[in-house]
Amino acid sequence: MELFVFVCATVMIIVGALGVVLRKHPVHAALSLVLTLFGIAVMFVAQHAEFLAAVQVIVYAGAIVVLFLFVIMLLGVDQVENLKTEPLAGQRWVAGVVGASLLGLLAAAIYTGADSVLSRGEGIASNVAGDNPDANIQQLASSIFSDYVMAFEVTSILLVVAVVGTVLLSRRRTAVKP
Amino acid sequence: MTGFFIDHLWLVPVLPLFGALVIMVLGRRLGEPKAGWLASSMTIGSFFITVSVFFNLLSRPADERHQVVTMFKWLPVGSLQVDMALLADPLSITMALFITGIGSLIHLYAIGYMHGDPKFPKFFLYLNLFVFSMLMLVLGENLLVTFLGWEGVGACSYFLISFWHTRDSAAVAGKKAFVTNRIGDFGVMTAMFLAFSAVGTLSYDGINEAAHHGSLAPVTATAIAMLLFVGACGKSAQLPLYLWLPDAMEGPTPVSALIHAATMVTSGVFLMTRMSPVLHESYSWAPMVIACVGAATALYAATVAVAQNDIKKVLAYSTVSQLGFMFLAIGSGAYVAAIFHMITHAFFKALLFLGSGSVIHGMHHEQDMRRMGALRKVMPVTAITFIVGWLAIAGVPPFAGFWSKDEILLYVYANNRGLYVVGVVTALLTAYYMTRQVIMVFYGEAKWNDHAAENGAHGDFTPHESPRIMLMPLVVLAGLAMVGGALQLPFSKKTAFLEHWLAPVVEESEAHIHETWAYQNKYLLLGVAVVVATLGIFAAIAVYAKHKIKAIEPKILEQAWNYDATASKLVSGPGNALFNGVAWVDAHVVDGAVNGTATIVRQVAGQVRKSQSGFVRAYAAVITVGVVVLLAWFVLRGLI
Amino acid sequence: MNALVVVPTTTWYLLLSAVLFTIGTVGVLVRRNPLVMFMCIELMLNAVNLTFVTLGRRLNDIDGQAIVFFVLVVAAAEVVVGLGIIVAIMRRRSGITVDDLAELKG
Repeated sequence: MELFVFVCATVMIIVGALGVVLRKHPVHAALSLVLTLFGIAVMFVAQHAEFLAAVQVIVYAGAIVVLFLFVIMLLGVDQVENLKTEPLAGQRWVAGVVGASLLGLLAAAIYTGADSVLSRGEGIASNVAGDNPDANIQQLASSIFSDYVMAFEVTSILLVVAVVGTVLLSRRRTAVKP
Repeated sequence: MTGFFIDHLWLVPVLPLFGALVIMVLGRRLGEPKAGWLASSMTIGSFFITVSVFFNLLSRPADERHQVVTMFKWLPVGSLQVDMALLADPLSITMALFITGIGSLIHLYAIGYMHGDPKFPKFFLYLNLFVFSMLMLVLGENLLVTFLGWEGVGACSYFLISFWHTRDSAAVAGKKAFVTNRIGDFGVMTAMFLAFSAVGTLSYDGINEAAHHGSLAPVTATAIAMLLFVGACGKSAQLPLYLWLPDAMEGPTPVSALIHAATMVTSGVFLMTRMSPVLHESYSWAPMVIACVGAATALYAATVAVAQNDIKKVLAYSTVSQLGFMFLAIGSGAYVAAIFHMITHAFFKALLFLGSGSVIHGMHHEQDMRRMGALRKVMPVTAITFIVGWLAIAGVPPFAGFWSKDEILLYVYANNRGLYVVGVVTALLTAYYMTRQVIMVFYGEAKWNDHAAENGAHGDFTPHESPRIMLMPLVVLAGLAMVGGALQLPFSKKTAFLEHWLAPVVEESEAHIHETWAYQNKYLLLGVAVVVATLGIFAAIAVYAKHKIKAIEPKILEQAWNYDATASKLVSGPGNALFNGVAWVDAHVVDGAVNGTATIVRQVAGQVRKSQSGFVRAYAAVITVGVVVLLAWFVLRGLI
Repeated sequence: MNALVVVPTTTWYLLLSAVLFTIGTVGVLVRRNPLVMFMCIELMLNAVNLTFVTLGRRLNDIDGQAIVFFVLVVAAAEVVVGLGIIVAIMRRRSGITVDDLAELKG
């Protein structure tokens, strides 16, 4: 069962990723991104990270991609990029080489390190039907609000700062009244 | 009181320096003759201080006659610690005595000689500056202070030779003197570098101590001594580098007397004596080279002097010849004799030059001896003093020159008989050409009026005696030339005053000839010297006074064996090519290397600049390549 | 339906993350539209998230998921600011690509 889920999610992710990179129209790219994000959410569920899957869908697919689409619409929908030309000489070659070597190296790293990844924690609680349907959230919440409460607070400040900064950045300058 | 002056030894050179500075600022306002009196009084003051220092040293036991007076730290640079320090010991005080003494006399003489010259104050400025430099040279405690004075006297010599700078020949002569001296200076500088690298200090005490204790290798000692000798050749006009001295007669006569007879030209002799321990430690061919060069120069200059017609040129070549004698003495290990001859030579040569200046002054600046004659009738004092000088230089006893020349010949005989013969022949020629000069100028027929009109005289021209201020120094110097021999009489140990006085400085390097045949038979050699002098005098009388024998004055001698012309051709031909080559190397190779480095840096930077394209994606590409490389390093390191 | 015996291992998930990350990197290097480049960056972030969750499960540690939580928040803030900048720039000149913003050329 898990294999089937894995294969389907993989297909979604890869197709979506390739779509982001290869589609000319930015709106198509954004929609491909949504596909990828859904695939990732499915993966999260398969890994017993149900809360994160929900957050992923709500925040990433629901808010961030919507923001992207807003900006695309704001700035003109017919901005179609010409993918046939490449003004920077050798850029595609570099991209190809970098991609291939990156993939190869990461694969090598994963394979050599696979056996040395050992269990070290107390275990992850997941929402098993019956016992406790909120186990995952509870465990995650207790971790965030005790071990990482400092990071949590700083992140809230970060959000406030980001919002205020962006509002200031993208403000239209109003004409000065005499 | 005497203790005060030796502790403040720096007063001796500083007084003339002060005089020079005052004249530099106030010279034009002081004018003639106050500038002259100021300069003279400064030098006279130095003389009296030196005398007091002399008596202070005399009152001490022989091995304590050595005091260093440090004024300030001059060059404290890492391992090179050079102080501005003066040394009072027998040698330096002897030199200082006759520099300030004769210097004072010449200052007084010059007040009369330079009367009416528009640049009168400037002359005394240069004279005082010269005395200061010369005193720094002899009183210096280390090679660098001496070198300071060495360069100073070279510069002042240039100023004074070309004093009448509107005359082309004077300006050229000044340049020639300076440039030729520079070649010698190269030798001194290299010697200083060598001494410092071998011994670690530039002070005389340090270097001579090292030489005494044998910590100076013979190779190094020879190199230092030979290089210093190159410098001495330049300053003291020995054979390869003498050419500037005859031309230096373009300067006013007091200059010739002071610089080119009594003081500057003796600095080479002084330096070799100061560094005598180093010379003593060299290979034995080194002193022989010095002696041979000295002998060759002496003979060469004497032959040339025989055919000269300018009253000052005769004396110039005579100076070169006598300096050759001094180096012959040094090469034979006779340092005391060399210093002795230097002192007596200072007396009689200055006397002769000042006397000739008096003649020139009286003859309204006529210098050709063929147009003089019978001057003893109209210039009696000049004539008598000049004759005293003549007897001294010719080596007639009991005048000073006889004793010093004989002392030298004694040591030369003990060293090498061939050189002795050269010395004797030179002494013969010296007597001959000096007698010739005396006869042509003071005796014979009066030829004044033959060309008088050329010198702007009106009517019947009669030369006149010089003013008293010019005659007084002549009389004093004549007295010294008569009794100066008493400094070192060879009769017994008790009369060898100079030898005892200079012993602390030159004792160990002095040649010891008490067991040689020469010393045993020194009275015989004394007799030979007398005979030679008399022969020379009578020969000249026979040729020039009695006209019994025809005068032999070949053209080649008059043109100094064409040495000057050959040297000029050598310098302008291959010399010029060499200089141009060196200049080319400097401009292209040295400057090229420096500029080339800058050019290369600029070009590399220009190429590197192209990577700043401004394209974000290009920067991103570079970042990702870097990430890949880093990752590869870690992964492959783990794999291999 | 036949029950398949093969279970995806940690290595498979990690490989998938690596592929996703690579695709994202190549996309950043190749695309010229700033918005699409941003989306590729989001792809890379998601790959990292997947890696964290996978390893968290492997290590039996909830910290993996906690990290992803924070990454999500920061990514959101980053997107907000980034899009604000893009809007500010692209409002003045229309039709520009990233290549046109080459003022840092030296």
